[in-house]
Amino acid sequence: MKNFVPIALKLTNLDSNNKIPKRMTINKKISHSTLTAKNLVVGYTTPVVKGIDLEIQPGKMNILIGSNGCGKSTLLKCLARVLIPISGEVLLNHQNIHSQPAKQVAKIMALLPQGPIAPEGLSVKELVAQGRYPHQSFLKQWSIEDEAAVMQAMQQANITELADSAIAELSGGQRQRCWIAMVLAQQTDIILLDEPTTYLDLKVQVDLLELLTEMAHQHQRTLVIVLHELNIAAAYADHLIMMKEGKIYTQGTAQDVFNAENLASVFGLNTKVITDLESNTLICIPIKKRGHKESL
Amino acid sequence: MKRQQWLGATGISLMCLLLIVALVIHLSIGTKVIFISDILHSFYTYNEDNFDHLIIQELRLPRAMIAICVGACLAVAGALMQGVTRNPLADPSLLGMMTGGALAVVYWSTFVTNASLIWLPVVAAVGALISAIIVWNIAARTHSGITPLSLILSGAAFTAFSGALLAIHHLLDEQTFEEMRTWLVGSLLASNIETLYWCIPWIVVGLIGAIVLAPSVTALSMGEEIATGLGINVRRRKWQLLVCIVILTSAAIALAGPLGFIGLVIPHVVRFIVGADYRWIIPYSILLGAVYLLSIDSLARWLIQPQEIATGLITILMGAPLFIWLVKVKVR
Repeated sequence: MKNFVPIALKLTNLDSNNKIPKRMTINKKISHSTLTAKNLVVGYTTPVVKGIDLEIQPGKMNILIGSNGCGKSTLLKCLARVLIPISGEVLLNHQNIHSQPAKQVAKIMALLPQGPIAPEGLSVKELVAQGRYPHQSFLKQWSIEDEAAVMQAMQQANITELADSAIAELSGGQRQRCWIAMVLAQQTDIILLDEPTTYLDLKVQVDLLELLTEMAHQHQRTLVIVLHELNIAAAYADHLIMMKEGKIYTQGTAQDVFNAENLASVFGLNTKVITDLESNTLICIPIKKRGHKESL
Repeated sequence: MKRQQWLGATGISLMCLLLIVALVIHLSIGTKVIFISDILHSFYTYNEDNFDHLIIQELRLPRAMIAICVGACLAVAGALMQGVTRNPLADPSLLGMMTGGALAVVYWSTFVTNASLIWLPVVAAVGALISAIIVWNIAARTHSGITPLSLILSGAAFTAFSGALLAIHHLLDEQTFEEMRTWLVGSLLASNIETLYWCIPWIVVGLIGAIVLAPSVTALSMGEEIATGLGINVRRRKWQLLVCIVILTSAAIALAGPLGFIGLVIPHVVRFIVGADYRWIIPYSILLGAVYLLSIDSLARWLIQPQEIATGLITILMGAPLFIWLVKVKVR
């Protein structure tokens, strides 16, 4: 049995003082990968996504919104190759994503699913280190690049101080930062996130989206995010995609598409959209029914 | 909590030391206590006429080797199973592989005339494999697909069903029952050393597979979507892991019969020590599983000597309190 031990010894030899080795330079060359969907039909027993053509804007915040059950999460899962399309295809760098080696794709595109659950007993750093999986092999277990990527991801997500804490001890917002650090450590061009801010306080939501925007605007990563919160989506989207009943209703910049007519038709919601002059951000306000106050 | 620093060289060498201590104790105790100097002599200056040397080399060492292999196999199979199914209660026996393997062996020894010992591991393996496939398929056909709950439920149903078949067989065929009685509660016999030679290559394949696949088990234990995002072909990887689990479990069944509880308890103890990363859980499971079964078997031979208690009963008698203690410490 002892023959196996030396192999195990080399594994995850994480540096414990949480510093990036000085000689390391982390200049990841950014090459924009493209992600497109062609006539995509996805579903379980009946199609949920009913024929979608979509081009994800590289280096931008692409935000998907739509009412519950409109297929936005299903679309994201299919882009991430968790679901196999009924017809049509997802192209990553002009090649069918399902025909590419899984590990190769994982070096280009990362996914943070909705409500991930960490195994009991994992520390923050161990969790973030999982993001290095596609860059490792049995012979190349833990390199200086891996260590540097994990440290950088933890710095970016601002969880360096938490490195040795157990995930279970953290608050919801801190936990979500850890998961985001994990996908950042994967060092991919494209990052897909499925409702990363659900159940979080407004402040935490804003912090997370600031972090993700920084990734897109300063580090030229392409982000595709499914969001529930309309005002947050309008504030942070470079490219806003509105979905309705399994199809793309409209897409464009928030200035172009985030208006009362579109919101009414996509969500069936009566709103007033105003612009905050200071930040030039669009805000939608639900219109209360007139009789509401009096009836109380 | 700087786990990684001591998990590596220090922890592994400590576990190896523990294994050597358990091995020496296992070799020395028994109806005749043999001291460590004689044990060493039996290795370096083996004397055929020395009764002690004979006992060590012909009886106790083979049995110790079997204990080490079976303990390691079951602990690793249990750990893999718990990781893949994300179910802390999964172990080879809960998913029907133990009774399935036992059932196959019992039917085979009844219906096949001049059944040769050489085929016993193969028969146990086929039985365990078929059971695993049946349970997996029943679970996959449920509305929600393969989930921890569906696997446990279909495993429980299958275990109960094959257990009933075993019981019917016992009632109808007393002679087989007499022959298989000790085997069916799980016991380590030095006479199985030939089976061990047959199983060793398989065990090596299974354990190496487990070590190689360990990093992806950590990813799988975070859910299929996370694993897919990290570049794991989930379907294919689950099949590979299932093959590992079946190989390891079948080898263990062939060597010692359906030994319960090791696959359930040891991974939990290991996780308690090393955390949730399977890169550590697997090697530690190998070592701790071996240490545990060696110690249990020592107890089984020592408690009511000159007779011995079936090892399978002691594993449960000792395993249950250990498990209860773990539940008390871990679940708050």
